[in-house]
Amino acid sequence: MAFDKMELRDIEVWDGNFAAAQALRQCQVDVVSAYPITPSTPIVEGYAKFKSDNYVEGEFVMVESEHAAMSGCIGAAAAGGRVATATSSQGLALMAETLYQASGMRLPIVLNIVNRALAAPLNVNGDHSDMYMVRDSGWIQFDAFSPQEAYDLNFVAFKVSEDHEVRTPAIVNQDGFMTSHTAQGVHTIDDDTAFNFVGEYKPMNDMLDFEHPVTHGVQTEEDWHFEHKARQHNDMMTIVPGKIDAAFEEFAKLTGRKYNQVEQYDMDDADIAVVCMGTSVETAREVAKEMREKGIKAGVIGLRVFRPFPFASIANALKDVKAVAALDRSAPGGTPGALFNEIAGSLFNSDTKMLLSGYIYGLGGRDLTKKHLVDLYTELQANADAGKVLTQQQQFIGVRGPKLAYL
Amino acid sequence: MSEMKKIKNLKEFSTSADRFEGANLLCPGCAHSIIVREVLNATNDDLVLAASTGCLEVCTAVYPYTSWDASWIHIGFENGSTAVAGAEAMYKALKTKGRLKQPDRNPKFVAFGGDGASYDIGFQWISGCMERNHDMMYVVLDNEVYANTGGQRSSSTPIGSSATTTPAGSISYGETRNKKDMMGIMAAHNIPYAAQVAPNKWKDMVKKIQKGFATEGAVFINAVSPCTTEWKFDPKDTMHLTDLATDSLVFPLYEVIDGHELNITYRPKEKDIVPVEEYLAAQGRFKHLFKDQYKYLIKEWQERVDANWAYLNRREEARV
Repeated sequence: MAFDKMELRDIEVWDGNFAAAQALRQCQVDVVSAYPITPSTPIVEGYAKFKSDNYVEGEFVMVESEHAAMSGCIGAAAAGGRVATATSSQGLALMAETLYQASGMRLPIVLNIVNRALAAPLNVNGDHSDMYMVRDSGWIQFDAFSPQEAYDLNFVAFKVSEDHEVRTPAIVNQDGFMTSHTAQGVHTIDDDTAFNFVGEYKPMNDMLDFEHPVTHGVQTEEDWHFEHKARQHNDMMTIVPGKIDAAFEEFAKLTGRKYNQVEQYDMDDADIAVVCMGTSVETAREVAKEMREKGIKAGVIGLRVFRPFPFASIANALKDVKAVAALDRSAPGGTPGALFNEIAGSLFNSDTKMLLSGYIYGLGGRDLTKKHLVDLYTELQANADAGKVLTQQQQFIGVRGPKLAYL
Repeated sequence: MSEMKKIKNLKEFSTSADRFEGANLLCPGCAHSIIVREVLNATNDDLVLAASTGCLEVCTAVYPYTSWDASWIHIGFENGSTAVAGAEAMYKALKTKGRLKQPDRNPKFVAFGGDGASYDIGFQWISGCMERNHDMMYVVLDNEVYANTGGQRSSSTPIGSSATTTPAGSISYGETRNKKDMMGIMAAHNIPYAAQVAPNKWKDMVKKIQKGFATEGAVFINAVSPCTTEWKFDPKDTMHLTDLATDSLVFPLYEVIDGHELNITYRPKEKDIVPVEEYLAAQGRFKHLFKDQYKYLIKEWQERVDANWAYLNRREEARV
């Protein structure tokens, strides 16, 4: 029985979860192996309903845990076809072992992570601790700031991940609830155009090619392990960035929506800037605009690609800025935030005089308000004027109790 | 319809083309390789194989070599079952979509795991695969111990066995818990076919494996795999140990169809039944049981084996 196409309006009102589910449907994924968890559950439910209503021809396997979900994805990907799943937080933590196996085995898989805090204490709301936890797992990581982007980036993720020179799995992050459960207008792509963008899956080293048996997931010790891991890193550093740019370019030609690894807002003449991810980017842009009305030259950098980290683009975007704040939405656990460290690393051996300070915010779904950002930009401007960081380097925003500042 | 091999005798069987090469790192006398060959040689169909982390995996796929002349995957310790289930799902998807490279083939999906990977750490994954009734076969290479990591107890380790984490000592007779009834648990998933096999009874085994391959849906196989290293016997005696296991009824051979119809497939004549004591005495892991203070355990062992045999016979007779 042939599956049915779906007629979409040019603009649909979708939340981030449904947008991602629609993208998976349009990419004609061959196997989705998944396990539900808040707040990503509606992706899986949406896909299940598509399957029940004959909009999906591929297999949909509801397994018994997130670890099994990714294990099934790995087996399916090694067999030779398009594979995807979705999870959040504790589910990602349970899945973590297999993420390293998927990337080490060079299997293209797309994983939608609807970002949520990690317990304890148990919390279902959005922060980036799950995204950060797997930052060294060898997966490409995209970050969507809105339902539109959660939709669009899935197409890009398949295209990049499945490229034979890349063969590296990819994550599409979106903020739990703020993106995943917030309905917005989403410009759609029709089914045929969307599928043509990602294209037919081209298998490589596929287990179902019985004329060419392959062995997947071998043992290597001190004699070969290092070379394999070095090769993985090398390809992330040298091949993946160009493939992402090319996919962004092609997507822009198709839709008019142009993405960049580093999304710059009013950065051309910015004296001060905030670097952040997720839904905070939009809030930061709003406030930057208001600061400009007050004569403060504020800009925003939204990090579209978290892995491979776009060191050169970040350094280039920030080199002439006087004071920068890195906003990390993850409990740092005894160190500066990851963004702080990586921005510092991007510019450490350069001639920049940029002042960098780090802020921990929004843990467990705590709101980042415009007021917080006004205070933050004001603080940055004071640093810029003084030519030095006047506060401690790491501060917490929006946490009750005495002010927390370190370093 | 799948293609079943006609195998008349052991010579014909042992000389048929191997998709599991003799070039591997398993211990001399290891039963794993014998079992794997018996499973693979039961069919001429294409194979998609998985192994959980363990002896079989670390000894057969050390880069840049492989012992497998068939599609093979290893992910981790607990998920060999789900690896094959994922591949089986992809096969179904590509079949539906008309994208199989060789659409005329009839591949069989088989996962191997040791008892540690199966009774313990991978238990949930196997249960999931069985419950979802993937068209696959899961084979436990049951050597009743974490052999790959040096002999730690698993939930398959039988009572009185000295393992490195339950060592016999001045105040301990070793493992204190009895072996988990994995066959019973797997059959309780109401899967189409579950069977216990032993490599010495190769005709019985091939028959069951072929029955499993002909079955649509999930198949569970528990294969006894005497471990020369951890059971502590001479490598030349592997088949002798397997004979003792089956003929003492410590390891009875039977099958369970659709979760309820139990058939005993090997029934030694009364006079040929070996006392359990002989089975225990042949292995270093039970050596301490022959001290006076622990001899009562040997008696208990025999009673337990007798009771289990009686239970299996009642189940067979009752047809429930």
